[in-house]
Amino acid sequence: MEPTGGAPGRTAADPAADVLEKARVLAEDLALNTVKAWKQKNPGMLAIGHLPVYTPRVMFEAMGCLPVAVFGAGEIDIIKGDSYFQSYICHIPRSTVELGLGGQLDVLDGMVFPSICDVIRNLGGMWKLMFPAKMSAYLDLPQNFAWGLGGRFYMGELKRIAAETEKRGARPLTEEGLRRAIKAENARRRALAELDALRREEPHKARASEAYLVARAGGVMLAEEHEKLIREFLAAARKRTGRPMDNVRVVVAGSFCEQPPLGLIKTLEKAGCDILEDDFQLGLRMIDGDIELKDGMPALESLARAFTERGRDTASRYVPDDTKGQALIRRVKECKADGVVFAAASFCDPALLDQPMLEHALTRAGIPHTSFKFAENTGQFQVIREQAGAFSDSVRLWGGQAA
Amino acid sequence: MTTTTTTVKSEKEAQKDRSQARQKEMIANHFKKLARAKEDGKKVVYTFVPGNLAELISALDMLPVLPEINALQSGMRKRSGAFIQEAEKAGHSEDVCTYVKCDLGMLKKGNIGPTDEPLPPPDLLLLSYTGCFTFMKWFELLREEYKCPVVMLHVPYQAGGEITQEMRDYVVAQLRDEVIPVMEKVAGKKLDMKVLQQHLALSRTAEDALVQVWESARHRPSPIDGYFGGVYYVGPIFSSFRGGQDAVEYYKELLEETNDRISKGLGPMTPDGVMPKEKYRLVVEGPPNWTNFYDFWRMFSREGATIVSSTYTRVGGLYDTGFRHDPDKPMESLADYCLGCYTNLNLPSRIDLLEKYIKDYQADGFLINSVKSCNSFSVGQLLILRQLEERTGVPGGFIESDLVDPRYFGKANIENRVQSYLQMLEARRNGGR
Ligand code: SF4
Ligand code: SF4
Repeated sequence: MEPTGGAPGRTAADPAADVLEKARVLAEDLALNTVKAWKQKNPGMLAIGHLPVYTPRVMFEAMGCLPVAVFGAGEIDIIKGDSYFQSYICHIPRSTVELGLGGQLDVLDGMVFPSICDVIRNLGGMWKLMFPAKMSAYLDLPQNFAWGLGGRFYMGELKRIAAETEKRGARPLTEEGLRRAIKAENARRRALAELDALRREEPHKARASEAYLVARAGGVMLAEEHEKLIREFLAAARKRTGRPMDNVRVVVAGSFCEQPPLGLIKTLEKAGCDILEDDFQLGLRMIDGDIELKDGMPALESLARAFTERGRDTASRYVPDDTKGQALIRRVKECKADGVVFAAASFCDPALLDQPMLEHALTRAGIPHTSFKFAENTGQFQVIREQAGAFSDSVRLWGGQAA
Repeated sequence: MTTTTTTVKSEKEAQKDRSQARQKEMIANHFKKLARAKEDGKKVVYTFVPGNLAELISALDMLPVLPEINALQSGMRKRSGAFIQEAEKAGHSEDVCTYVKCDLGMLKKGNIGPTDEPLPPPDLLLLSYTGCFTFMKWFELLREEYKCPVVMLHVPYQAGGEITQEMRDYVVAQLRDEVIPVMEKVAGKKLDMKVLQQHLALSRTAEDALVQVWESARHRPSPIDGYFGGVYYVGPIFSSFRGGQDAVEYYKELLEETNDRISKGLGPMTPDGVMPKEKYRLVVEGPPNWTNFYDFWRMFSREGATIVSSTYTRVGGLYDTGFRHDPDKPMESLADYCLGCYTNLNLPSRIDLLEKYIKDYQADGFLINSVKSCNSFSVGQLLILRQLEERTGVPGGFIESDLVDPRYFGKANIENRVQSYLQMLEARRNGGR
């Protein structure tokens, strides 16, 4: 059992111990051994890497590819990557370049760089020059969400990238293949939604740090296998015994791209926070609900419409009509959180420019919040622990349950 | 990111050309018009420089305000430091683009423009979002401050190194279905295509002249400085004046001055007068620093270093690779303009362009000024440095500063670096390594 804030039942006999260990190995698989094994089992098939936040993995699955989420290199020492980036640029591009130059990404046949910020955008151009033999595709996600405008453009983008992937040896994108893949993706989404519900309702049974590992493991798996893993964890976690802790209930926002170290997430938990929602693995949850397949509508249109019509509000997505921060307030209320912890990567322009607007919205709504910055290789959590502890104490003392 | 011009009180001693005096007058008039906008019943549009729709704005008889220009002018007038601190006090991170913070700080301090007159609030926020994601955040932040309509134009990125028909169609469709209808509603009038075409024709004339000015740098000595002087040259065309007669007159005069200098064998105007002897020809990548603009310029001009070409002066339009606004294809050419601005080019295309400048203008070296504020420019510049050195055999220099945050302009350090770099060029010329 963990000394503070930990959920009861984490003993050697924890029913979720095995599945969590499996998830941890997959989530921390920087050498992409899982991907190598998959390619050995599926000769001739492609593995396509993608940077955060959102890439429609399902399209690649439909073409017989394994989509692989690349989230930098966490805490490893950066030797070569630093010489490509100035000190005032976030950490994820340098660690991604480190992996590229170190050969860990050799198993990937291509990389997709979604349009979320200028860093990932320019990294896409760097990739073309540094790894010219590999496919390097920029996915220009629309910021205009009117179907006849951005939707049409986005369909064109998806077709363009599908054609590029096919040229590299992937199976052609067919209606039938995409429908099948979307069904598997929807099943995974439902499993993830159940996981998120368990976290919200019984956070002592599924902690954020665990849900993070289980979700992140999906970055190197097909949706169908990932669904199994999530369900395995859910079944095990539900068997856990123990009582809820007297923790404050928080939403963590701002970590949608560069990921905080696992130790940081655990530090927040140890400081007395139940993280009921976060945007750590936002890509997997980018679309609210299912990708709706309809009779008479091409599956690719369903996929594109899911993004334009039900894409989640995040800093890299323009908010055309809703007031900034309303989506966050809705999330806080839905999960009955007491407050919000902003955790943005240092030098992350999208997150840090968004934050003041979100903070104002929360303040106006009377929702307490605190903020700090991190880098994926942050090793010291003492200050964050103290800050989070002070925040949770103040919320406990002064109230702040969202109305 | 962007450029314009103004005469700076603290730099009164800097010598200037006739065209600069004309430009100063044009700017003063524009700000006067802005100050009177409400009385005159003119609608005011806030918009950005890269991908600005100046011809549409003027064809609808509206007046533009360009927040980046306010920010850079605040930098030149030594006010940006206080504005940035104001924004940071209000909760903005020290890590983010200082243009945004400078503008927000200025807003909090009363939104007084560069001519010391208050700027009118916008009737429309026109977010034409080209070459930088921060613009999107910037206008989301401004939208919080003003209760006015907002319309956004999403301009796709030239990731594949070209403008495709799909990109063009997407931009044109947005202009036709969303941007123009909203602008018309705010303006209270319909767009007259003929008027728009007239403005586009004027743009084209000015653009032709500007390209001739850029290309004059092929001469030895170069009659222009394509970076420090260049930010003045692009002022009218990047901002409120493109598409107007004033800009045509300005570029005509600028071209005459340039040709006059060529015929006399003169170098460019610098803050200390005409440069006496051209010793080094350089190409610069990256924006300048505005808080110490003249100090920065003199670090080069006093050593006889002329900047023969630069990429920053292409952020508001890349004309020297052939693009012109086209009255016969109004919507398509507006789209191509937005799609073609420098920071909307992918990294390989940026390197190709720099290589071309180094070769076309026979540069002895190139220098990258990497600014902390701007991910759009800065991410990848160290790779640009390596690739350019390999491809051209010409040595590159690398310095770091910021646009408008004076805390990031280490004068002594930058000066040392520039001097060592120029000494290295000298040693190479004399047969050293
Ligand atoms: S951490 Fe932020 S700035 Fe860095 S790549 Fe991700 S979104 Fe862009
Ligand atoms: S990030 Fe660069 S291009 Fe974007 S607004 Fe700031 S200075 Fe301009």
